[in-house]
Amino acid sequence: MAFSRDAAAGGEKWQTMGDPGSVGIVKTQHLSFAEPPQEMLLECGRSLGPITLAYETYGELSAAKDNAVLILHALSGDAHAAGYHQPGERQPGWWDIMIGPGKAFDTREYFVICSNVIGGCKGSTGPSSVNPQTGRPYALSFPIVTIRDMVNTQKVLIDHLGIEQLLCVVGGSMGGMQVLQWVVSYPDRVRLAIPIATTSKLSAQAIAFDEVGRQAIQSDPHWKGGDYYGKPIPRRGLAIARMIGHITYLSERSMHQKFGRKLQDKTEYGYNFLADFQVESYLQYKGDNFVNRFDANSYLYISKAMDYFDLAQPYGTLEQALGGVKAKFLVISFSSDWLFPSYQSKEIVSALRRVGAQAIYTEIQTDYGHDAFLLESEQLSSLITNFLSHGRRGAS
Amino acid sequence: MGGLAEEVRLDDAGTMVRLTPDHRTIIDLIPEGSRVMDLGCGEGDLLLALKVMKKVRAEGIELSDACIQSCVAKGLFNVHHGDLDEGLADYPDKSIDYVILTNTIQVLHRPMLLIREMARVSKRCIVSFPNFAHWPVRWQHFFGGRMPKTEKLPYEWYETLNIHLTTIVDFRDFCRKAGLTVLREIPLRTSAAGRCTVVRFLPNLLADSAIFVLEEGDMPLASSGTPH
Repeated sequence: MAFSRDAAAGGEKWQTMGDPGSVGIVKTQHLSFAEPPQEMLLECGRSLGPITLAYETYGELSAAKDNAVLILHALSGDAHAAGYHQPGERQPGWWDIMIGPGKAFDTREYFVICSNVIGGCKGSTGPSSVNPQTGRPYALSFPIVTIRDMVNTQKVLIDHLGIEQLLCVVGGSMGGMQVLQWVVSYPDRVRLAIPIATTSKLSAQAIAFDEVGRQAIQSDPHWKGGDYYGKPIPRRGLAIARMIGHITYLSERSMHQKFGRKLQDKTEYGYNFLADFQVESYLQYKGDNFVNRFDANSYLYISKAMDYFDLAQPYGTLEQALGGVKAKFLVISFSSDWLFPSYQSKEIVSALRRVGAQAIYTEIQTDYGHDAFLLESEQLSSLITNFLSHGRRGAS
Repeated sequence: MGGLAEEVRLDDAGTMVRLTPDHRTIIDLIPEGSRVMDLGCGEGDLLLALKVMKKVRAEGIELSDACIQSCVAKGLFNVHHGDLDEGLADYPDKSIDYVILTNTIQVLHRPMLLIREMARVSKRCIVSFPNFAHWPVRWQHFFGGRMPKTEKLPYEWYETLNIHLTTIVDFRDFCRKAGLTVLREIPLRTSAAGRCTVVRFLPNLLADSAIFVLEEGDMPLASSGTPH
């Protein structure tokens, strides 16, 4: 492995890089399609093209092409799920704990693909992309995209990779919504499905939080109707949206355990409106940090896509929607997740059961709330490892 | 029934499960190829044994996430997290051939609700439970004046989860009140070596446990209001 002096100077970085469980240095790839006049028709009725989709792959596709696992990310995720983009980088991809040699998605066994979503700002076509017709960023002229649109573009990618049937489709939160849409839209293309901490439709409470986030962005004076590219960006609005989001990803208990009422860098109250409490400075840090890596308009589009998602709606009932599925399911929820509560996973499992689909359902006991799917968990790893290995061999 | 589980090798591939003596009796009762659901399936040992030995379509409901993890490790792909005290609302009438409840009825808060649900969703129910009229239980209570502790009931009264213990005679009444027909009664005595034998003489006194095979009866259900 090539190594710069800078990176080698940080001894612990070398440790991470030399980690035998890491996929090592990876590169985001891009697929472009739907060139006009062959634009893709979206659910909202408008067309989009050309479309670029960012993705990464880890491991090798088997000769029989039967070992492909498609990983789908949540609201703020991207195609970079594992490994490092360059030597010396501190943070690996967002699900590195699960992907790599010897991990749950063992890259010695499986060909792992992580696809970005359209509407985002991480290399796929979204509101910050340049509209080739105008030569300027789309901004709010970008069409509304839905979870189904995201899945339809991913299907183009899977076709492009020459994969007839995916061994597994997996994702948490909004990624789980895409998993559900995949098995419903393309039942013959998926053998195993792992929807984690997800729902077939958001609750009113979850939509409400999304709307507060969007209002925060839209009321930032720099937002300017979404037309802020090349100008000062709506930092405050987006940071506040992220802060609200973060509160919903944690449980009351985990917040209490992590922060309690501890003060930040002080021993007494400041009697002013600066951040006294650790939880305040943590949220501000998370918000500020997010602004540096995410586009405010993408936040609007993607959160709206989640709000619109209702798997049953076009079919009448959830049973009718899931009636044609052929995949086997591992459905996982987390006991302290109040944003995507367990009863929503149970509804999916009940419907699967009623249509005779095979499903394992487990509620993992944890205090970490919705974010639990991103954290290191021996239990989650073991469930996925066993489900994949038995599922690949055709267990029933 | 706790401590008497024994490692059993199921096939040439060396698949191992831990089966209790009542499990082995139950396996004999299940016809090949049935659709079977084990309520409170634990780590899935009985289900896996039935899958391998009787080629059943195996389903399970289990409360503990750690147990479900073990089921997945065994390749059991139809196990759901669920609380038996909430009934079996997701399961259509007569959608299962055999519903099994081993050594669990005494920990339920609402045994009457579950037994009726079991009868509704299945063609046959198999229920096993420790017999609280077994003579050592009676002896300890009568002569010792103490809460009984036996091989089948090993817990201190203040730690036990067993809140609805029953006897063979009481269970018979319970089934009648629940509107169930008793097809078979199998009173069992477990030897120190873990072998089960059927007790034919004075079963309510000499059997430490029993297995009942039940089905939904045609007689009308008793009016509700029976104490659990």
